Amino acid sequence: MATTTADEPTRRDFIYIATGAAGAVGLGLLAWPLIDQMNPSAAVLALSSVEFDLSPVQAGQQVTVMWRGKPVFVRHRTPKEIAEARAVPVSSLPDQLARNANLPDSAPATDQDRMFKPEWLIMIGICTHLGCIPLDHEGDYGGYLCPCHGSQYDTAGRIRKGPAPENMYIPPYSYLSPTKIKIG
Amino acid sequence: MAGQSTYVPTTGFTRWLDARLPILRLANDTIITYPTPRNLNFWYSFGGILSFMLGIQIVTGIVLAMHYVPAANMAFDSVENIMRDVNYGWLLRYMHSNGASFFFLAVYIHIFRGLYYGSYKSPREVLWILGVIIYVLMIATAFLGYTLPWGQMSFWAATVITNLFTSIDQILPGVGTAIAHWLWGGFAVGDPTLNRFFSLHYLLPFVIAGVVVLHIWALHVPGNNNPLGIDVRGPQDTVPFHPYYTVKDLFYLCLFVILYAIVVFYLPNALVEPDNYVPANPLVTPPEIVPEWYLLPFYAMLRSIPQKLIGVIVLFGALAILLFVPWLDTSRVRSMRFRPLAKQFFWALVVDCLLLGYLGAHRPDAVFPGTGIPMLPFARLGTAYYFAYFLLILPLLGLLETPRPLPLTIATSVTGTGVEQVNAPAE
Ligand code: HEM
Ligand code: FES
Repeated sequence: MATTTADEPTRRDFIYIATGAAGAVGLGLLAWPLIDQMNPSAAVLALSSVEFDLSPVQAGQQVTVMWRGKPVFVRHRTPKEIAEARAVPVSSLPDQLARNANLPDSAPATDQDRMFKPEWLIMIGICTHLGCIPLDHEGDYGGYLCPCHGSQYDTAGRIRKGPAPENMYIPPYSYLSPTKIKIG
Repeated sequence: MAGQSTYVPTTGFTRWLDARLPILRLANDTIITYPTPRNLNFWYSFGGILSFMLGIQIVTGIVLAMHYVPAANMAFDSVENIMRDVNYGWLLRYMHSNGASFFFLAVYIHIFRGLYYGSYKSPREVLWILGVIIYVLMIATAFLGYTLPWGQMSFWAATVITNLFTSIDQILPGVGTAIAHWLWGGFAVGDPTLNRFFSLHYLLPFVIAGVVVLHIWALHVPGNNNPLGIDVRGPQDTVPFHPYYTVKDLFYLCLFVILYAIVVFYLPNALVEPDNYVPANPLVTPPEIVPEWYLLPFYAMLRSIPQKLIGVIVLFGALAILLFVPWLDTSRVRSMRFRPLAKQFFWALVVDCLLLGYLGAHRPDAVFPGTGIPMLPFARLGTAYYFAYFLLILPLLGLLETPRPLPLTIATSVTGTGVEQVNAPAE
């Protein structure tokens, strides 16, 4: 032992480090199941798509559909509402991204990029501030007013005023026929 | 104060036990002979009251859990079943729901007491920090408990509060949403959320009880502060905890419980939002979401700020700042009795918190009734004052203010034998 200096690693140092490392990996392996069990379960993930018939919804009306436990707004817009939304320059919007799951993430928040057909706004009806359900056909822009902290959205569901940081999200959806959509 | 035990076991059994597990010695030293400053006033009785309320919440909670069902489609009905059919269920539930309110009433008085008498100052920093941790755990517990009846307010409070985490998306895109989904066990607040909230609501009070033990341990090392804020200098300044403070605490506890009983029996729903008697509906947000009264000041701060991430930072910052108070206050004098300026700012803080509480119950676009004056600027001013008190006023006053002369000892002050100045410059 007298020949070993303090800064030269010994076989005992190696055993300490190896044991510590194995222990840390073991703890990590045990911790992950304890953490991951809280994530959405297979049963929750399985409830993935719903179909909806658009024909009964009149212009100026909105219907709410449940998808993955969230409300999805299906809004039949009037020509006036469409014109108002299209007149807004994207550069004047607080959030300039389309937030449309059917387009690339970088798509701009034009009215066209918020939907496939101008009459039909299909959108997750959750305020991007803290998750309340905004009231439709309300607020300064005739779109949505969130009762919780006063966020205001236009007729394309884009944030215009208030604490919400983002436009309301467009879920993945497609047209199965001209009057039928599938969300998810 | 701590350290020298005066316990002498008198019987054969207690001598035998003392050599094996000195638990009676511990009890004797903490609640019987513990030397306590002889000048503690009414405001010092809330520690005992808080321990009592924790006991009430745990006992009534465990009994409620025997009848409560933590499933989204049954929770509301099971609470109604407790109210209508379970023997004395109405009493147990009203004791528990109003017990939370009285628990918070006591903790607020207790915290402001500490702020007034400078009880957070050296050598009691750890004691103060443990208190702040208990307070934060109480907020978490009460929030989780409030979701359990699964009424409209329960559901939407759970939604709004868990969504606070999505603000992280603004710095780390996607991370906030991932945390929210993890908390919910789904893509929105739902059945898995309720189930885990119940599990945690059951757990946290016992964690609180554990931290309370540490809190009391940290109290008994330096001993109590007192309304004069000066150190105990010898036995002439103290009295044994029992019978002096056991009796005094018990007296005020009785008064407190009378008040609590009046509310439980005559005004059980005075503090409840009527919307929470409407079953949770994920498709309709109530016209106005407000938390329980004891969280309103924080809610006012959140709502007064138009930017999501900053609002959330201010909300959590208002709690976190309490951890640093021992180092933000630069004054050498503990008690505000001897700080003529600090005293006024302190009372302004009390008024400020009450005002924020009032504003927190109203929408940000509301106006003061009958005047047309908008509330929002006041909420912003109130928020600014809250932070200014800790970040500007406390640090600066310690340097600028001339404290009044301190009495030499607790005993001379109590027995009225003259006031001598020790460390303050002459006026
Ligand atoms: C720190 C202590 C505690 C606090 C502050 C607290 C707070 C609350 C609050 C505010 C509610 C909602 C009351 C309502 O509107 O109905 C609640 C409900 C509930 N708590 Fe607690 N609680 C505590 C301890 C416990 C413990 C130890 C248990 C044991 C399991 C428990 C079990 C329950 C149950 C089953 C409910 C739902 C029934 C109901 O709504 O009355 N609580 N709690
Ligand atoms: S949740 Fe909509 S404004 Fe806050």
